[in-house]
Parts: sequence; structure tokens; C-alpha cells
Amino acid sequence: MCATTTRAEPASLQHTALYSLHQSLDAKIVPFTGYALPVQYSEGIKAEHLHTRTHAGLFDVSHMGQISIQGEAVEKSFEALVTGDLTALQDYQQRYTLLTNPEGGIIDDLMVTKMPDGLFVVVNAACKDGDYQHIKKVLGKDYQVELLNERALLALQGPDASAVLAGHNSDIAQLAFMNAGRFQIDGIECIINRCGYTGEDGFEISVNNSDAEGLAKLLLEHDEVKPVGLGARDSLRLEAGLCLYGHDIDETTTPIEANLRWAVAMKYRNESAEANFPGADKILHQAKEGTEKLLVGLKPEGKMPIREGSLVLNQKNVEIGHVTSGGFGPSIGGPVALGYVSSEYAAVGTELHVEIRNRSHTMRVADLPFVLHQYYKP
Amino acid sequence: MSDLKYTEEHEWLRLEQDGSVTVGITDYAQEQLGDVVYVELPPAGSTVSAGDEAAVVESVKAAGEVKSPISGEIIAVNEKLSDEPELVNSQPTEDGWFFKIKPDSTEELESLMSEPDYNEFLDTLN
Repeated sequence: MCATTTRAEPASLQHTALYSLHQSLDAKIVPFTGYALPVQYSEGIKAEHLHTRTHAGLFDVSHMGQISIQGEAVEKSFEALVTGDLTALQDYQQRYTLLTNPEGGIIDDLMVTKMPDGLFVVVNAACKDGDYQHIKKVLGKDYQVELLNERALLALQGPDASAVLAGHNSDIAQLAFMNAGRFQIDGIECIINRCGYTGEDGFEISVNNSDAEGLAKLLLEHDEVKPVGLGARDSLRLEAGLCLYGHDIDETTTPIEANLRWAVAMKYRNESAEANFPGADKILHQAKEGTEKLLVGLKPEGKMPIREGSLVLNQKNVEIGHVTSGGFGPSIGGPVALGYVSSEYAAVGTELHVEIRNRSHTMRVADLPFVLHQYYKP
Repeated sequence: MSDLKYTEEHEWLRLEQDGSVTVGITDYAQEQLGDVVYVELPPAGSTVSAGDEAAVVESVKAAGEVKSPISGEIIAVNEKLSDEPELVNSQPTEDGWFFKIKPDSTEELESLMSEPDYNEFLDTLN
């Protein structure tokens, strides 16, 4: 029996502002992108996952990078680095977009919010230093780019999230999906975006590190709210069909291959605006002509989870792709996966196979998301 | 349950009155794995040598293999685990057992750890 989790925690790991709270909540702490973070609390991944889908889960995502970018017409300048339409954003509107490289690969996926005084950007933990350097270098001296290490990020996700926050400040519940604002929660200054990484209605709340524990405790006082670790964060996003950077997308996959066509601005795809972001030629060509491979949902038959790295085979046992994320979906009650397949095998319902421990297992290309999104769009 | 024997791989073994040996994973192992969602068991009637991979246990977040701690013939597997893999979490040393072996000899059992030895071993892991 080889258990794969580790107990020993290297001394070099960084702590978030909620580290001691995690410890007091009996979290199982693991190393993740240089941080000591809870993979689960005492009830376990399955219970935390299901609680988030039925009530509300509180996640510490402070390891993620929060970047402020300020300067003259900043949305126009930053737009030249990403696939999305940023100049169309009104104040406090948010967009999911992609930093690309000249080959059309994805440097990072990120959330950009237009604030009255600039852009507020949330990026992946493992990419944050690279993103910061990249953005600073490309934008040059005329822009102030700042990695906001003094801020923590909490996510409150699930059908009860809105009512819980409304109990503290009723204005928060008025936000629509992908909109933001500055709010006070019992005197604590917050930047709140209505978004998340679970497929549920929910919020991401940016606060000063010094306020983070107080805010988390305030939210955990609600019966509907339980702390949720990285384990359930992963199973929730996988059921929601959301990409995980470094697994489903990276510098070698393009937005079109990754089924993120919608994150490439319509104005570029219909040629009503000139696209000058890195890799635009290749990406827009692919948007028109198609790609050799595509990221698809994969639903294994039976109960066995198919893990990342498994080779995907066609009916003739020829390798035609590989699994990039795979695990057990507690809400589905069975295994779910994402993976790249040759485009001719990307149609929903296509029967494919994986061979694990000398046994063939059947799976089918599935519609995404596996669990319907519940975003608040009044 | 002082009649259980333990391995450093976190399996437990129980010598039954009929001479067969029941094998499962320990409470520590299930705790480390987290919610078990799938268990793959060996075919009854197959023979295994000590150290052979005999079963696979998958949790929400990880997969682990269970090596047969002793040599012999698999005479029964816990069919309940295909529908209720969570028994491995809730009752690891009772209804969450994996398989029963008819051992080639019981000598291999004698070298395994007793419960106090195993607990001492666990202390060295933390």
C-alpha cells in the first residue's frame, strides 16, 4: 500500500494569511505551488465538494497572484498581450482571458477586472512571478505593474454564497456574474468579483492580509459555510469543465485547441478589429480552419477514475490523445476527465479506450460541462 | 484487535480459524488516501507471491496499490467493495477487507508487525 500524500512539510513553503486558521480547523496541509495549503479538512474531499454544490464552501486561494496595472489607457495597452476584448469593458466588469506567446500557446489564463483606476488581474499561483515580469517588460516604464502580495484571496462558492454575503451587505447580492465592486463586510474593505472556479454561483473576495482571518471567521460562523480545500476545488472545477493551467492548457496548447474559442474576442474572429496579440495569426487561422487536436470531456464507463497522463486509444488501439485531468466527480458519482484527442475523434459520444494495468477501459467523449453552471445572470 | 498483523506498506492481515488469511488496508492508510471511490480486486482462484500487486485502491485524489504481503491462493474477494468502496474508509479492518488468501505457509506471517510494533512504526512517520 503506497499512500501518495506527504506529511512532512518543507520549511521553505510560504504561508497564506489563513495558515493558522487552517491548522485550527484540522486541515491536512500539503505543499502546492510553493505554499502550504489545505488539501482537505476533517470531513474530506467528497463531503466538502457536495457541501459546496448544495450550500457554500469557503476556499483560501491566496496563493494566486493579484496584480494591479495602472497607466494611460491601460486596457488598450494590456489588450495587446491577451486574446480578449478589454476595451469593451465598463468599470467593474470582469473578463476571463489568456496571455499568449508568439506561437499561440497559452502563457497563463487570468481574470481581468476594469477598475476606475486601472486593471485588477488575478493569475495562477505557479505563473504569477513570470506573468508579472512579462507584463512589466511588455508594457514598459509608462505603466505601474504591482504584484499585490499584501492581499489575500478568499472564494465563497455555492448556492448559499449570495445570501450569506447579503446578510453582511445586501449590495453584494446585486452583482451579476463577472461583475465586481468595492464593498465593506462588517467594516472590512473588500474587492469582490462574482465569479469562481466551481461552476456554482459564487464570489472571490480580495482583502488585505491583516483582514483575511477576521473575514474568514465571520463567514465560517454561518451554518451554510464550511471550509473547503484544494482537493474539492479540483473535483469541482473538473466537473464544471474548467481548465487547469499546467495540465489542460500550457505554452504548447492554443486557445482553439483548448476549446477556449469563446475567450478569443469576437471582434478578432469576425475581423472587425485588427488582432495584434502574440500568436494572433496562428490562433485566428485555427479558429477558421480547425485544429489537429481538441480538448474534450471524457466520461469513463464504470467507476474507476482515469488519471492525467493516460493515453487515449481508438477502436483499433492506436494512440489518438491523452488525458490531461482526471478524477472522481462526487456530484456525478463517477469518474470524469478532460483530455486532448485528434479532432476526428472529438464528436460527443465517440467511443474511446484507455489501457490501465493491462486492462482496457471504455470511455466516451462527453458534453461539457459535466455539471451545469449555476452562474447568476439576472 | 490484537490478532491483526501489519506491514510497513500499511496492510493488515488476520489469520482466520479455517487457516485462511484476510487482508485489508489500515486505518492510517485509508486516512492518508481519503475518500475511496474504487477498488480493483484480484480474480478469486489466482495465485500470488509475496510482493506481487494484488489490488488497486483509488481515492478522489490518489491511487495506491496493495501488494500481497504473503504467498498463496486468493480464495475470496470482498465483492461488496465494488458498490460500496467507502467501506474501506468507514470500516477498514472489518467490512472494508480486500481479499482472503490460503497461504502457502503461515511462516511469512510471523515476521510481520504486531499492533504495538505497527503503532511505533507509525510514530516514526510523523
